[in-house]
Parts: sequence; structure tokens; C-alpha cells
Amino acid sequence: MRSFVPDFQARVPASLSEALDILESEPGAWAPIAGGTDLMVLFNAGRLPSRKLLDLTRLFELRGVQDEPGRLTVGALTTFTELREQRVVHQCFPNLVKSARATGALAIQNRGTLGGNIVNASPAADTPPALLAYGAEVELTSRAGSRWIPYAHFHQGYKVMDLAPGELLTRIRLPKPEGTGYHFYRKVGTRQAQAISKVCLAAYARLEGRTVAELRVGLGAVAPVPCRAPRAEAVVRGCSLDALPFEAAREALQADIAPIDDVRASAHFRRVVAGNVLVQMLKDLAAARP
Amino acid sequence: MPETLRIQFTVNGEARSVEARPMDRLLDVLREGLGLTGTKEGCGEGECGACSVLLDGRVVNSCLVPAVQLNGTEVVTVEGLARDGAASPMQEAFLSHNAAQCGFCTPGMLVSAEDLLRRNASPDKEQVREGLAGNLCRCTGYAKIVDAVQAVARGEVEK
Repeated sequence: MRSFVPDFQARVPASLSEALDILESEPGAWAPIAGGTDLMVLFNAGRLPSRKLLDLTRLFELRGVQDEPGRLTVGALTTFTELREQRVVHQCFPNLVKSARATGALAIQNRGTLGGNIVNASPAADTPPALLAYGAEVELTSRAGSRWIPYAHFHQGYKVMDLAPGELLTRIRLPKPEGTGYHFYRKVGTRQAQAISKVCLAAYARLEGRTVAELRVGLGAVAPVPCRAPRAEAVVRGCSLDALPFEAAREALQADIAPIDDVRASAHFRRVVAGNVLVQMLKDLAAARP
Repeated sequence: MPETLRIQFTVNGEARSVEARPMDRLLDVLREGLGLTGTKEGCGEGECGACSVLLDGRVVNSCLVPAVQLNGTEVVTVEGLARDGAASPMQEAFLSHNAAQCGFCTPGMLVSAEDLLRRNASPDKEQVREGLAGNLCRCTGYAKIVDAVQAVARGEVEK
């Protein structure tokens, strides 16, 4: 059943400080809304739990990308389209461009934000695997101040986050890869646009000569939260590109993931395909010419 | 008393002022508030693109935009595509290529197609398909729509 529009109220703070005051004044009462590409779907279906909405779209301090030596800081309100349009994102974080392009279709990319994609906390969201593979950190801000935490620690369980009622996710920070890097991103869905992932895998490897010095793999839609693949990563780390352990990595990955059966794919399908995509990535990596 | 807002924004080049509740959808503000019924509601969840309009120059699903975000914005709907009362080249191309069958997706498809050509004047087939990937059509199979867009890009339609 549809939501009843007169039941809902909204506030439009003009600054981050005003927004934090409102959140602080009634902890948990106000639901932040930005691009609306997830919240409005719930609203239209009559399933939005909060009737008080805090519109963040006028918080210009949370928009845009700050390019500094060694790192990139992205405002939480930066849209998928804005990410796709940034030269520095293409040059340093190609998986982030691919993940933005894989999200919904253009009309969604024009409205949806990186911060929203994170705090909506869907395990099948497409940018989180890329953020995990790049070792992102997120900034959480409240009246009491702000704190940075590794993004890998942010999701604690299905839709459970390290985010207090008075806090907003304000910025995302990514260390720029140094030296010789390898980037891989693949989303497996029913079609290219508008499909929710069945399996999504992003990887970043740092190479020293022909050795994999470091590997980070981020996965979506194969666990209650977007997750890393520490066991598979450990199997590959230190290996030569000439002798990558494809099958051992595939097997180790099975202990890193905990997929479920749902309307989009079975747990079995997700296990097989996650393994296949990991091996596809490793074979592609083996062919890299650093 | 439910809270209402006065929204001042530009629709198809004209300054408009309407009363709306914060969570009225742009789609309803257009159709019911302003009588602009060219914009259609399909899925109501941002999947189908039937309600596509331009908001500040970018394609959006108007079913996903709450009124509270509209003050000061600029909106273009399918009604804003015609020029001086005549169909735009894209609209002509849709007619001459039989790119509309039942027609329900057509307003959103036209808005996305016009937007695509403003960003990329000569898209290849793949780029047209990506540009229109958020607009679903259950009748045409898309081939004639892609042909129509490319015909406009190649300047084959009388402007």
C-alpha cells in the first residue's frame, strides 16, 4: 500500500551543522535523504519506516571530490555520474568508475550518491566492493565531532552499521595506489542496466616485478554485508604471476563468503560464479605485463 | 494540518509556483499540480523510465524525486521538447521510424534520447543502448528506437 503523503514531514537544513543539530535533537527520529533512489522506492511502496525526513541536498560541503597527493576524498553526496565524470577517479580508481556505471541506469546514476549507496547497506550494492578493494575509509560526523574508520569495519551485519543515531556519513577517503597496480571489476546480473547483482567482485593488486605484493578483493551479494576475501587474498599474496594458485584461491574463497538463496540467484549459483569470477580475475592478472 | 510548501521552480522554461507537500513526488506535482500529463507513471520504483524528465539538465526518474527538493530547480518534461508548437527532430524521427507502438514509454524515451544527444552528438549503437538502458519498452524490441535516435544524430531528420 502506498504511503499517505500528509503523514510525512521534512526539514531542509542549509548546512551540515544545522543537519547535525536536528539529528542530535531527536536521536533516531529523522531519516536522512539525498538522491532518494532507495528511500523513495520504499516510500512509494509504503515501507519507509520513518515519517520525518532530513533532506541533505543543500549541504554543499558534502559534494565533490578533493584530490590531494596520496589520497582522494569524496563527499558523501557525490553522485555516481559525478564519479564517472572525474578524471582523477578514472586515472586512479577505475573500479570505482566501473561500479558507478554498473549501478542502475543513467537516471539513477544522476541522483544516487556514494554515501547513500554505503548507508543503504544493501549487500548487493555495486560500489562497496570497489571501495573495499581500494582500502577506503569513511568519515562519520556528529555534533560531538568526526571519526574516520576503515570502510571494511563499517558493515557489522545485515543492514547493521557502525553509525550512531546522531551521525552522518560525510566523506569517503581512498589512498591512491602507488607503483604498479592491477584493477579488476565485474558485476554479474541479469542484464547490464537496472539489474541487482547476483555476484559482484572488485580487486586491486599491487605488483612488485612479477610478484603479487598485495591483493585486496571486495565482494557483493555473497554475504550479509559487502565483504573482503581474506582467505583467498592470503593464498595469492606473494605468488608469482607465472604460478598463480587458481584452484586453491577458488577453494579458499568459499570460506570467505556466505551467500543465500533468493529471488535473484541460489546460494549454489553464487558460490560457483564467485569462484569463476575470481579465477577469471586471476587469469587476467597472470596475463598482465607489469 | 499537514505541512505544505510553496515551490518555485522552472518548468519547460516557464517560472511556476505550486503548493505541494514535502513528499509529493515530482511526477505528481507535474501531472496533478501542473496538468502536464505527458510524463507517465510506470513502475513507481525507478526501474522503467516512463517518468523520466530532466532535472537541472540531467535525466531523473520523477517518481523518485520528492517535492521538498524542488525549490529553485529547472525541470524539462516531454511537453518541453517541441519547438514553437512543432515536434522536435527526435519526435519526428520516432514517428517516421515507427519507434512508438503503445506509446507509454515514449515520453520518457524521448527525454532520455534528447539528453543522450546533448551529451554525445554521434553515439554508436552501444552508446544509444546505454543511454536508453533505463527506459524499458515492452513493444518495440528497441531496434526502431535506436534507429530513430541514430537518424537524428546523422542529421537525416528535418530540423
